[in-house]
Amino acid sequence: MRLLTHNMLSSNIKGVVNGFPLRIEAEKVVEKNVEMNGDFLKKMFEKIEWKAFVEASRGMGYTELPEEADSSMLDSNEFLNRFHHALLELHLEEGALVCPETGRRFPVKKGIPNMLLHEDEV
Amino acid sequence: MGSRPEAVAPPEIFYDDDTARKYTSNSRNIQIQTSMTERALELLNLPKDGVPKLLLDIGCGSGLSGEVITESGHHWVGLDIAPSMLDIALDREVEGDLLLGDMGQGLGLRFGMFDGAIGISTIQWLCNADKSFHNPHLRLKAFFTSLYKCLTNGARAVFQVYPENDDQRELLSSPAMKAGFSGGIVVDYKDSPKKRKEYLFLVCGQEVPLPLPEGRTEDNDDSGSETNKTVHVLDRRRPWKIQKNNKSEKGREWIKRKKEQMRRRGDDVPPDTKYTGRKRKNHF
Ligand SMILES: C[S@@+](CC[C@H](N)C(=O)[O-])C[C@H]1O[C@@H](n2cnc3c(N)ncnc32)[C@H](O)[C@@H]1O
Repeated sequence: MRLLTHNMLSSNIKGVVNGFPLRIEAEKVVEKNVEMNGDFLKKMFEKIEWKAFVEASRGMGYTELPEEADSSMLDSNEFLNRFHHALLELHLEEGALVCPETGRRFPVKKGIPNMLLHEDEV
Repeated sequence: MGSRPEAVAPPEIFYDDDTARKYTSNSRNIQIQTSMTERALELLNLPKDGVPKLLLDIGCGSGLSGEVITESGHHWVGLDIAPSMLDIALDREVEGDLLLGDMGQGLGLRFGMFDGAIGISTIQWLCNADKSFHNPHLRLKAFFTSLYKCLTNGARAVFQVYPENDDQRELLSSPAMKAGFSGGIVVDYKDSPKKRKEYLFLVCGQEVPLPLPEGRTEDNDDSGSETNKTVHVLDRRRPWKIQKNNKSEKGREWIKRKKEQMRRRGDDVPPDTKYTGRKRKNHF
């Protein structure tokens, strides 16, 4: 799972009001190169919750993202490269996503988060 | 693939390692799933501005549908309930991110994130109650409500479906309309038992004409094309109960509503005119 997806995912447990962002417990992170597309990054920048994104990237061991960001930074190639790398090239392979409200752990195995809810969580 | 796998067992049981492997290596199946995905993407009608879009692939399985998305240059996130199908997707090194989840539990996805969604041969599974605590109506409602939320305004969702009958068409489309979508069912190759394909076509927050089906025969008269020109949104602010109560009257409004329902299912229905629902004269 990439941080792109992490930034859209929230805990869907019944009764949870703010299930976003899920906290990352990383056991294994892998990197896969992808070609960069500036237009896509610019569009995603508008949708991304930056704070959650930075926190998640740190949870994955990547510390090169600035604490705060605004769209003017998209003109900098250095920034774009980092944004691209964190958004699309880092994969959480093994670990867990933790619901911020209930502490419920959603295990991640072979890169796939298990978001299935138990009967009493629906 | 035989007929109606959803009648055999719950999806996560039906698609075991063996079935998942066969499903994904059968060249006839690959071809069918691929062409239906291509059609679904065409119906999504994404802006052709060269910027990759972010799409959802509901019931992504082993990634046959997702690979078509990748080939068309877009990013995707796939959701599936069958671990064996997802394992094959991993083996095939698909580009999309995969989630193990049950669409009937609703999607835990943030507001307005996706530019579109597809689901190929998957949502008819929601019509079943595979567990004692499953209620298809509630599961469909949870699914469409959460789907509506995570799409951008104006985005479309296209589901290729194999409905068993009209009741099932209604079971599938009515919760989608209640969730706020407008749309209907597009039936391609209506008159060909082999090539006939149905797509539940949904638009988020806007009304657009229902796209024309493929493979319509020449003798389809005007009423046929009229069928595909208009779509209406059910007014979700109107209490559902009231809509139901009208049923007793069976006046012009009732007839128009029934005809609209039939159009949404893809039936051929004559256009509404000033004669619709008018009292007939007693000739003798
Ligand atoms: C016929 S396969 C289609 C797979 C893929 N879309 C393709 O075109 O090859 C149907 C898929 O729907 C999935 N499915 C069924 N019910 C589901 C549910 N409740 N939530 C998520 N996926 C489901 C099944 O596990 C299966 O992988």
